[in-house]
Amino acid sequence: MERFAEKIVMVTGAGRGQGRAHALRFAGEGAHLVLCDLPAARGDAELDPPATVPYELSKPEDLEETARQVQALGRRAVAMGADVRSLEQMSAVVAEAERALGPIDVLVANAGICTSNPLPTMSVQVWQETIDINLTGVFNACRAVIPGMIERGHGGRVVAIASMAGRAGWENIGHYAASKWGVIGLVKSLALEVAPHGITANVICPSSVNTTMMHNDSSYRLFRPDLENPTREDVLPAFASVNVIPVPYVEPEDISDGVLFLASQEAAGITGATLSISAGVNALNI
Amino acid sequence: MSPTRFTGKVALVTGAARGQGRAHALALAAEGADLILCDIGAGEAGTIGTLPYALGSEEGLAETAGQVRALGRDALTCTADVRDSGQVDGAVAAGLERFGQIDVLLANAGIASISRIEDMPDAMWREMIDINLTGVFNSLRAVAPHMAGRGYGRIVATSSIVGRQGSPNIGHYVAAKWGVIGLVKSLAIELADRGVTVNAVAPTSVDTEMIQNEGFWRLFLPDAEQIREQDVRDAYTALNPIPIPWLQAADVSHSVLFLASDEAKFITGEVLPVALGWNARNAS
Ligand SMILES: NC(=O)c1ccc[n+]([C@@H]2O[C@H](COP(=O)([O-])OP(=O)(O)OC[C@H]3O[C@@H](n4cnc5c(N)ncnc54)[C@H](O)[C@@H]3O)[C@@H](O)[C@H]2O)c1
Ligand SMILES: NC(=O)c1ccc[n+]([C@@H]2O[C@H](COP(=O)([O-])OP(=O)(O)OC[C@H]3O[C@@H](n4cnc5c(N)ncnc54)[C@H](O)[C@@H]3O)[C@@H](O)[C@H]2O)c1
Repeated sequence: MERFAEKIVMVTGAGRGQGRAHALRFAGEGAHLVLCDLPAARGDAELDPPATVPYELSKPEDLEETARQVQALGRRAVAMGADVRSLEQMSAVVAEAERALGPIDVLVANAGICTSNPLPTMSVQVWQETIDINLTGVFNACRAVIPGMIERGHGGRVVAIASMAGRAGWENIGHYAASKWGVIGLVKSLALEVAPHGITANVICPSSVNTTMMHNDSSYRLFRPDLENPTREDVLPAFASVNVIPVPYVEPEDISDGVLFLASQEAAGITGATLSISAGVNALNI
Repeated sequence: MSPTRFTGKVALVTGAARGQGRAHALALAAEGADLILCDIGAGEAGTIGTLPYALGSEEGLAETAGQVRALGRDALTCTADVRDSGQVDGAVAAGLERFGQIDVLLANAGIASISRIEDMPDAMWREMIDINLTGVFNSLRAVAPHMAGRGYGRIVATSSIVGRQGSPNIGHYVAAKWGVIGLVKSLAIELADRGVTVNAVAPTSVDTEMIQNEGFWRLFLPDAEQIREQDVRDAYTALNPIPIPWLQAADVSHSVLFLASDEAKFITGEVLPVALGWNARNAS
């Protein structure tokens, strides 16, 4: 079944993790991909990779690898280093992609970071970087893609990735929670503005997903503050304790199922919605 | 997505005589499911005195079954009033006897009537809660032990976009539809460790007899002498950010089937607004 034959799909944060999984699933259903993730460091503080993230982010080779895997599925891929914090860089990706592949039909605003810090002592830099990437980054990607969608008049789809932290408060990740609540407000408002143009905009809220964002020392310490050097085995029960369905996390492909559904023709009547793919955490909430 | 997501599955649909229930049943059959089809049946309809329209008929239920069979799937029809737990349990028992399993329950049966709360008669309130809330409880409870025992199940209840906010003239309906969401979320938690997911859809207006009747049209045009569907299209359209007046029943089926599919195995306790963007104005 090919729901996306010859569609052009743009994914931010496509170097690995969920972004890569979505790209490959779209390619598997016939789409061509516009892929972006962080560019190589340039020694320029403004454009250098995020400084507050205690785990490694994607490297240019990771993005190349996603592109290679898309191409191995027989689809075309344009991969560009671009930081979602920069509207200029997002606009450059869109311009190059539309030149090389054609107009973008689907935007998956997925790039994000997760750091932990209690709010009373959080530095402005930690706060700002999370807001800049997780919230302003989604704005920038939408801002770069939407005007073309409106102008062409063929509709379009936006799917942004928030989090269950965008539906509740959470200790030690207040900046992350604020950024993800912000994404939902942004996307609901965008949905209202673009509804007359046949464009839908929706949000997916995962709980834990089996990616580097969960599997790193900083995250392990957040879940097991009682241990000095928690291991994967130490944290799995703690991860699972957050979820209602007793699994430590869902796989990136489980999120892809929801992303592709919301991007499909079948979801034409759904916009401004949040879809929680969160092993039931949302059952404890609105 | 594969076109045969429901091969080998058995689904029970309440309120299957027409409307959304029929559309969901046919969509499931088209993807391989066998169906247990329930509706209130003849005679009973007359006992619902507070509705501005008639309920589904025996012939309607038989017609749904015929259409399922025309798709090459098996269908069992059961007359059951969802208000009566004995009748609902009976339908489940008959379904299990025939098919040996129930994989999917769509708790879809419902009614809509109109009154401001200050003027609402007891009977109207009670009928609404009995059907739209207790009816869903009866249906969920009837399949829960079987599904939990097998370690597999998909339940999708039909709430409404007004189950996410307030609305005048239908306060009893709004209360029942909020109630459905609380019930769904709670059962989702109770069954989370046994392979059963429990979710809801929250549609905006759907083009079925429930809203296509003079009683509902008159809410929009209280002073008109005669009203036709075309007179209210603009008023219904104004409710939805995506500027169309109503969904077709089959549009809702896409989301119901997604939630009932294995693609949604980690989605539970969730409410999916199939609401043309109405939900963008609230928290859902
Ligand atoms: N993993 C989880 O448990 C989880 C839970 C809920 C939500 N999320 C969200 O899912 C999304 C994807 O995360 P993931 O789990 O795949 O983690 P990940 O760290 O594997 O992937 C995130 C990607 O975004 C990229 N990125 C970060 N900052 C960027 C920037 N400024 N510009 C461009 N790209 C940038 C990273 O390089 C990386 O490739 C994120 O928005 C995240 O907040 C993740
Ligand atoms: N039509 C809309 O605009 C709309 C919008 C949101 C939600 N809904 C909900 O969707 C569901 C399906 O409604 P529809 O639009 O298909 O309307 P409908 O009236 O065409 O179908 C409802 C079916 O439920 C059956 N039913 C009613 N009471 C019953 C009872 N006590 N026992 C067994 N069956 C009973 C009816 O006979 C009918 O066949 C309902 O729960 C409704 O509240 C409808």
